[in-house]
Amino acid sequence: MNNQFEPVILGFLCNWCSYRAADLAGTARIHYAPNMRPIRVMCSGRVDPQFVLKALREGADGVLIAGCHPGECHYVNGNIKTIRRYLLLRKMLKQWGIEEERVQLVWASASEGKQLAEAVDRMTEMLRALGPLRWNETVLGQPGINGDMAPAETLAEEASA
Amino acid sequence: MTTNPEKPKLAMYWAASCGGCEISVLNLGDRILVIDEIFDIVFFPAIADFKYDDLRSYPDGYIDLCLFNGAIRNSENEELAHLLRQKSKVMVAYGSCAYEGCIPALANLTSRDFLLNTVYVNQPTNDNPNRIMPQPRYPMEEGVLELPAFYENVHSLDQIVDVDYYLPGCPPESHQVWAVMQVVIQALTKGSPLPPKGAIIGAGEVAVCEECPLEKHEKTITRFYRPYEITPEPDVCLLEQGLICMGPATRNGCGALCPQVGMGCRGCYGPLPGVVDQGAKMISAIASVIDAGEPGMEEEDIELAIKAVIDTIPDPAGTFYRFSMAHSLLFRAKTDQTST
Ligand code: SF4
Ligand code: SF4
Ligand code: FES
Repeated sequence: MNNQFEPVILGFLCNWCSYRAADLAGTARIHYAPNMRPIRVMCSGRVDPQFVLKALREGADGVLIAGCHPGECHYVNGNIKTIRRYLLLRKMLKQWGIEEERVQLVWASASEGKQLAEAVDRMTEMLRALGPLRWNETVLGQPGINGDMAPAETLAEEASA
Repeated sequence: MTTNPEKPKLAMYWAASCGGCEISVLNLGDRILVIDEIFDIVFFPAIADFKYDDLRSYPDGYIDLCLFNGAIRNSENEELAHLLRQKSKVMVAYGSCAYEGCIPALANLTSRDFLLNTVYVNQPTNDNPNRIMPQPRYPMEEGVLELPAFYENVHSLDQIVDVDYYLPGCPPESHQVWAVMQVVIQALTKGSPLPPKGAIIGAGEVAVCEECPLEKHEKTITRFYRPYEITPEPDVCLLEQGLICMGPATRNGCGALCPQVGMGCRGCYGPLPGVVDQGAKMISAIASVIDAGEPGMEEEDIELAIKAVIDTIPDPAGTFYRFSMAHSLLFRAKTDQTST
C-alpha cells in the first residue's frame, strides 16, 4: 500500500448515456481510477447546483457531471441547461476559493465507456495534484463530515486566535 | 423607566445591522401607538435608553416578544443573543441579517485579517505604519479597556441561539410587520395560537416573480447589464432585458417592490420554501435565460457563446448570496489567511 491521496469524486451520470458508458467501461473491463462514486440521474439537467455544493460541503473532493452530447439529450435540451448552469457555477465557485478542476462536466454517450473512464482518470490525477478539499475540516473548522456550524463557545476563541 | 406589570413585554435589539430594521418598525406609523398601548417596552436601544444591566436584572423569560435584528459578527453580538434568548419567551430573527446573515455575512467571502487590514492599514487615508489594530483588551494605567472581539465568520442568529420565528426582508415591509404583530397581539391578549415554531412569518410561499406584474416571455439573452448601463422598458420582465433579478429565487411577501421601479430584486426575502441555498437556485434561474447559440453548433462554440454571456456577470457570489451567505451550503469561502 502506498499512501497517495485518493480523492473522492461524486459522479452524477445521466441514465441514457454516461451511466451506460460507465456500465460499458465495467463490462469491457477497462481499468480506471476507482475514485468516482456514481449516482444515476435521469438527465444531466437534473443536477441542481445545490447537489454539487452539498457534495463539496459534505466531503467530496470533486464533482463530475456527465451527460449526453449536445443535440443528443433524451429530453432535447436538458444538457444545454446543464452546460449553462455548470459554467456559471464554476465561475462562482472560484470566488469561494474552490479550484475549477474540482467540478467538471463531460459528455459521454452510451458507447463511450473508454472516454468516460479516461475522464475519471484525468480528474483523479488533477485532484491528487490539488490535494483534499475537506470543506468541513479545513474551511469550517469542524471535525468529521456534515457537522453543524461551529458551536458558539468556539467563536470567541476563534476570534482571539 | 417604569414598567407596567399588566402588559406584555417587548424588546428589540440590533446586533451587526444597519438600523433599517428599527426604522421598519417605526414605519408602522400611527400603528406604533397601538404597539405602545399593548406592550411595555423593556429594552430597545434605538428608541429608549436601556442599559445592558437593566436587561441582566430581568428574570428569565421576562420578555414576551424579542425582535432581534442583525447578524452575529463579534463577541458583543453573541453575548446579547444569549442574554436576550434567556430573557425572552419568543425570539424572532427579525430581518435578513438575523435570519440569514445579509450584507454583513458577505464578509464570509473573505477573511478577518483582510477586512481589518483594509480598514486600518490599506486605505489611502490611513497612516498606520506600525499596523496597529484594535485589541479586545488593552491594559493601561487607569485600568483595562475592552472592545468586543471581531470574529472570523459572520453567523445568522439561529447558528448561535434557538430561534422561534424568522421574519425576512431587508428590511421587512411594514404591512408584513403589522400582520405579524397582530398575530402576536391576538395570541398574547386572546390566547389564540401562534404559528408553529421555526415558521417563516410575514412573508409568502411563492417566488417574487409570481407577484411581479411585469410581462414575462420565453426569451434568452446574449449579455447582462449593470443597473446603470440601461434604462429598462417599464412593463417587461427585467431578467429578459438583461438585468439580474433575483425574483425567481426569492420568497415573495414584499409585493415585488424593486422590479416595479426598474431595479432587479436583490433577493432580500431569502430563498423559496424548500430551497436551502438561494444562490444555487439563482444559478439555475439565470442559466435558463442565457443564450446558448444556434442549434447544431459545435460543442466548443456553444461553450464559448455561453461563456461570453457569463462574462458579463461580474460578481456572481456577491450577487446571488447578497442576503443569504450565512445560510448558504458552503457558509464561507476558502481564503488565503495570510492575505493582506
Ligand atoms: S425576474 Fe424579476 S422582473 Fe422578471 S418577473 Fe421575476 S421578479 Fe419580475
Ligand atoms: S423585490 Fe426583492 S429585494 Fe426588493 S424588497 Fe422584494 S424581496 Fe427584497
Ligand atoms: S438525457 Fe442525458 S443529458 Fe439529458
